[in-house]
Amino acid sequence: MAAAPESADSSKGGSLIGWIDQRFPLTKLWREQVSEYYAPKNFNFWYYFGVLSLVVLVNQLVTGIFLTMNYKPSSAEAFSSVEYIMRDVDWGWLIRYMHSTGASAFFIGIYLHMFRALLYGSHRKPRELIWIFGCLIFLLLMAEGFMGYVLPWGNMSYWGAQVIVSLFSSVPYIGGALVEWIRGDYYIADATLNRFFALHVAALPLALIFLVIAHLMALHEVGSNNPDGIEIKKHKDAQGHPLDGIPFHPYYTVKDLVGVAGFLLLFCGVIFFAPTFGGLFLESPNFEPANALQTPPHIAPVWYFTPFYAMLRAVPSFAGTQVWGVLVMGAAVMVLFFLPWLDRSPVLSIRYRGPIYKVMLTIFVLSFICLGVCGLKPPSGIYPMLARVCTVLYFAFFLLMPWYTKFDSVKPVPERVTGHA
Amino acid sequence: MLKSWVLITMGLLAGGTAMAEEGDSPVQPSGADINNIESLQRGARNFMNYCSGCHSLKYVRYNRVAADLKIPESELGNLMFTSTKSFDTINSAMPNDAESWFGKQPPDLSLMARERGVDYIYSFLKGFYVDKTRPWGVNNLVLPGAAMPHVLAELQGLQKPVFKNEPDDHGSARMVLVGVEAMTPGALKPEEYDQFVRDTANFLDYAGEPVKAKRQSMGVFVTLFLLVFFVFAYLLKKEYWKDVH
Repeated sequence: MAAAPESADSSKGGSLIGWIDQRFPLTKLWREQVSEYYAPKNFNFWYYFGVLSLVVLVNQLVTGIFLTMNYKPSSAEAFSSVEYIMRDVDWGWLIRYMHSTGASAFFIGIYLHMFRALLYGSHRKPRELIWIFGCLIFLLLMAEGFMGYVLPWGNMSYWGAQVIVSLFSSVPYIGGALVEWIRGDYYIADATLNRFFALHVAALPLALIFLVIAHLMALHEVGSNNPDGIEIKKHKDAQGHPLDGIPFHPYYTVKDLVGVAGFLLLFCGVIFFAPTFGGLFLESPNFEPANALQTPPHIAPVWYFTPFYAMLRAVPSFAGTQVWGVLVMGAAVMVLFFLPWLDRSPVLSIRYRGPIYKVMLTIFVLSFICLGVCGLKPPSGIYPMLARVCTVLYFAFFLLMPWYTKFDSVKPVPERVTGHA
Repeated sequence: MLKSWVLITMGLLAGGTAMAEEGDSPVQPSGADINNIESLQRGARNFMNYCSGCHSLKYVRYNRVAADLKIPESELGNLMFTSTKSFDTINSAMPNDAESWFGKQPPDLSLMARERGVDYIYSFLKGFYVDKTRPWGVNNLVLPGAAMPHVLAELQGLQKPVFKNEPDDHGSARMVLVGVEAMTPGALKPEEYDQFVRDTANFLDYAGEPVKAKRQSMGVFVTLFLLVFFVFAYLLKKEYWKDVH
């Protein structure tokens, strides 16, 4: 019955691909997004971190699925089930270390990926939406990382959750009720662990995947920026391909393969030789089960949150409330969204910018690293003052940007990209 | 490109060592070696004889220890004091009301090495000194106010504290505990006791992460494979990029 119309349908190619193409734009998608997506030929080292973040995302999804098969999201069993994974599940230790190291690798990748945008102006017109999707990914990733850290139900999981969730109590009027609603109980308890598990393994990853797709669709719509910060579509050949562009596949697939191999060397180095990374990736108090009666001597979040945690602690309480620190921490993330409109420089790339931007960017990076160190240390000695200074510098980079980028000198920008790596 | 990689790696390592330097407790390096099977076997024996009466290893199974430490199943029975089934976990003989004896339930030691480190355990077991103010007559250099009696006193002998007069910031006299020295000899010579404690700490390091030695030796092969893969990926990239000008 179906034989006659089917043979008519596949008359064009007769192959399986032809059959699919008539029903789904497989070849069209492949061409548009990969084999005929023209990327600038002068990408350098900083352009690896997008694909590396994608590799880590896949790593987190796959290892996460396998962890979920043996993990028990209950306050009574969570800690033991993680030890069960580490000891009794075949290769469970490897899957768990890949996931825990992947969390840190994700943030290293994302931070360097964002730094690349600051170097070459990748957030500037017409790529503002790519940047905004990226900031949303960063925001969700922080929520994902935080909730993931609670799941092993170690003592640092517990007290970290206690500290972070309590932040919401500083919201005027509804704070107390809000915290109770988030926890689902009067303290961090089984109900909290259950909902964090649901958000960590279903809601947030789903939202992350959609946002990553949107991030890439927006990128492929406007085309990639490059280290010279100039538009390659201005100069096209007879076929309409950018003269300074090369097809993503095979050129960048093979180049990214080298980057992925280099990344895996470092990644596996950590997994096999230093999975706790000196207490930075897995904190030692977290090898003790959650204990509501015993606070760890020093509560520090995992390293990737410490710059923001330091800002939270740097702001003193004022008018009888701690809410200012929370607002400053929130503003530190929110200000990123406005970056495309804060930058008024006529050029995109740091190669053609003047000295002021270079100095400001250097100060910004140093103060961010400094904040990260302050957040790891107990708030005593020079650290609180250092954190305050660095918080001011962090915001100065963004809030003064409209002026210093406008008055900064610029160098002439070339018409065509300069060389390739 | 290479320079940037090196910089990043150095930055990460610097961060890692900065963390490791923290802590002001008198913890000495143990010299324990997770790959030394004989040391781990002796450590397992020490643990069963001297620790397992009070401390459990509730995540560690007897038969896993036997397999990992190459202890024949026939000899396993000599180590199993609290169970008859080799797949059982290592429980202690301590009743649930031990809290009334010691002030706290003796903790499970499965993850002590991961929580505090192998050097901490080594130094803790060497750190008992005579202190008449404590319920068991001993205190500890590493964990002041420790609730644990010196169960290894017959092996180590007793140590007495050494104080030094160190005026505080305001100039008033203050006695500061600076160390311990031997008071009465034990059944073991000091080097023998150090080795005893090193083996025990080493076994607890194994108990904290039974796969540790295997993980590290596997890592060497994974790294070698990735190095070869990196070279081929790089050559492939060079071949493809020949025609990009």
